[in-house]
Amino acid sequence: MAAAAVRASLMITCLGDVLFPEVGVAMVRLLRRLGVEVDFPEGQTCCGMPLFNSGYHHDAAQVAARTVKLFERAEHVVVPSGSCAWMVRSEYPGLLKHDPVLRAAADSLARRTRELSQFIVEVLGVTTIESPFEGKVTYHDSCHLLRGLGESAAPRTLLRGVSGVELVELPGADECCGFGGSFSVRLPEVSASILDKKLANVESTGARCLVACDAGCLMQMGGGLTRRGSAVKAVHLAQVLSGEGPA
Amino acid sequence: MSDALRTPFSGRAGAALKDAFLQEALKIATTKFIDLRKESFSGFPQGEALRDRARAIKEATLQHLDVHLERLADHVERLGGTVHWATTAEEARGIVLRLCRDRGVRTAVKSKSMATEEIDLNEALEHAGVTPIETDLGEYIIQLAHEKPSHIIAPAIHKTKGQVAELFSRELRGEFPADPEVLTAVARKALREKFLQADMGITGANFAVADTGTVVLVTNEGNGRMVTSLPRIHVALMGVEKVIPSMSDLVVFLAILARSATGQKLSSYTTLVRGPRRAGELEGPEEFHLVLLDNGRSRQIASTLREALYCLRCGACLNVCPVYRQIGGHAYGYTYPGPIGILLTAMLKGNASVRELAHASSLCGACKDVCPVRIDIPRMLVELRGHLDREKIAPWTERVVFKAFRRLLLSPTAFRLSATVGRWLQRPFVRQGRLRGLPLLFGRWTRTRDLPPVAARTFREQWKDLR
Repeated sequence: MAAAAVRASLMITCLGDVLFPEVGVAMVRLLRRLGVEVDFPEGQTCCGMPLFNSGYHHDAAQVAARTVKLFERAEHVVVPSGSCAWMVRSEYPGLLKHDPVLRAAADSLARRTRELSQFIVEVLGVTTIESPFEGKVTYHDSCHLLRGLGESAAPRTLLRGVSGVELVELPGADECCGFGGSFSVRLPEVSASILDKKLANVESTGARCLVACDAGCLMQMGGGLTRRGSAVKAVHLAQVLSGEGPA
Repeated sequence: MSDALRTPFSGRAGAALKDAFLQEALKIATTKFIDLRKESFSGFPQGEALRDRARAIKEATLQHLDVHLERLADHVERLGGTVHWATTAEEARGIVLRLCRDRGVRTAVKSKSMATEEIDLNEALEHAGVTPIETDLGEYIIQLAHEKPSHIIAPAIHKTKGQVAELFSRELRGEFPADPEVLTAVARKALREKFLQADMGITGANFAVADTGTVVLVTNEGNGRMVTSLPRIHVALMGVEKVIPSMSDLVVFLAILARSATGQKLSSYTTLVRGPRRAGELEGPEEFHLVLLDNGRSRQIASTLREALYCLRCGACLNVCPVYRQIGGHAYGYTYPGPIGILLTAMLKGNASVRELAHASSLCGACKDVCPVRIDIPRMLVELRGHLDREKIAPWTERVVFKAFRRLLLSPTAFRLSATVGRWLQRPFVRQGRLRGLPLLFGRWTRTRDLPPVAARTFREQWKDLR
């Protein structure tokens, strides 16, 4: 490639690190294939959204301050989760507003941070990716990517760009899966009841894979699918695009 | 405290999930409302700008609420009406009861009003020997059933038509089929007599126009018109935040209110009331009273909950809320259900009353998307949760857990170590590569869903090979 390579730092997220490392690995391979120079700041832990959403704002601000410093020098920050990207882009500046230096750093990080599909389409300008992944898939809009970051097109564009993939629309794709972070354990029955409705819709599509761009939703929907013994697999967009999803 | 509130919220929600009738009724009704709203706005491109305008009007009006209220009061009085100021629910009830007593009122017909629900007016009237009759069909149904509204605009949304037929057959002595048209006719006949007997008509107000002293009622059944014109006394009771400056502002709100609520361009009836009957007029009440209810509202103007005062009570946020759609309105336990109801409850009853309710949202943001005045409900719920922490209303056990979690997130070493510990602890619970039947807090997850185990090698550990 003639132009200087795009450099991106991975914000792998807590769930991505500990529960879904295969998503991160798929993302690294995918980004490298697209000519991106990838690094992983090893001091990272979590964006602090669980603290923030539960009302522990002072605590979340401490985590935000740490994260902002850790990614200070990153050219781009890529996140495999819409909700964590939303947290950084929409909430960090407000959380750090009392310290002008941190506030400026948070504003800067917000501008440099993208959820994976947005990064590929907006920053790299790529809409077609070759992948051996095949079959009928359906896509769930995670709430924070859709309503928080206003993104519904990029993931669909990328899925349609894979030649072997047939994308079928999910009825009620824009409805919550019932995860909602701590909501899923504070009100487990309500959360599961919302999930049931979502999974009935998923199964009605006849897709073999359910694709999403958020580790939280994938944990919820994937956990529901295996529990009910469904043949449908929950996969991350990165796994489809890198061809490393389940066979 | 009502009986319902003796069970914790999670228990009330759990019971609602098991109620098959409720589940059926909710599914049908909320889906219908969602589709109607979507269709109505899709053919109305100017709707988005009107929503911005409506929000701006609310914002500006609240900043000078006192001025607008005084102008409203002034105009109502010039029209021959009487204005009453109620700081609390108790004062508001007292005002209405005094009017009833002084004027020998035995029966009062009511048009649908959440403000009167908020102050438990019906109970107070009954206690004082005045019979209140709800004349909105939905309200009539729940009054017969001795229940409370479960939706802001569709109070009997939790009932199927079969249940209504049973209720009418029992209470009105007859054999009525589960046919909405027949049931409506039955109610209509029963209510007709009540309208003619009533000494007082009680309404709420969707808006009150400061410039003209006009009280505006947005309804669909025509009962509102009879309530405001047949009895000799009309009492309108409204929250102070319902005042808007001018008739041109009213046009903005009317263009989006019914679309948001029921998907109608306008509701079937938009009733504009200006004072009592004037000399030479053929109809209208002899007396008109406007009760301006504060009940904790004005002290919120400068608070983080301020935006909740913009609410038009259209109910759109309830219809799209995944939690409301699963549990209905009664499980919330207070007058105002749904996501906006949590904020209004905090506003009216204090933060401690929403200790559990503040978390009855997945923060999915669907409510914010449909709100005609774009109230950022998820943000305010998060703010409210912040108050629960800072005011130490959140349970201490929860606070301890979250503070410990913060320490974990601030130390990469501790974070890494927790993955190692988790891997070790999870061993007895791994079945076919998934976690099932976990103990303690984790059981709340694994009761209904599998959990992926802590990976054999975390991403951090794999990164060494990827570099």
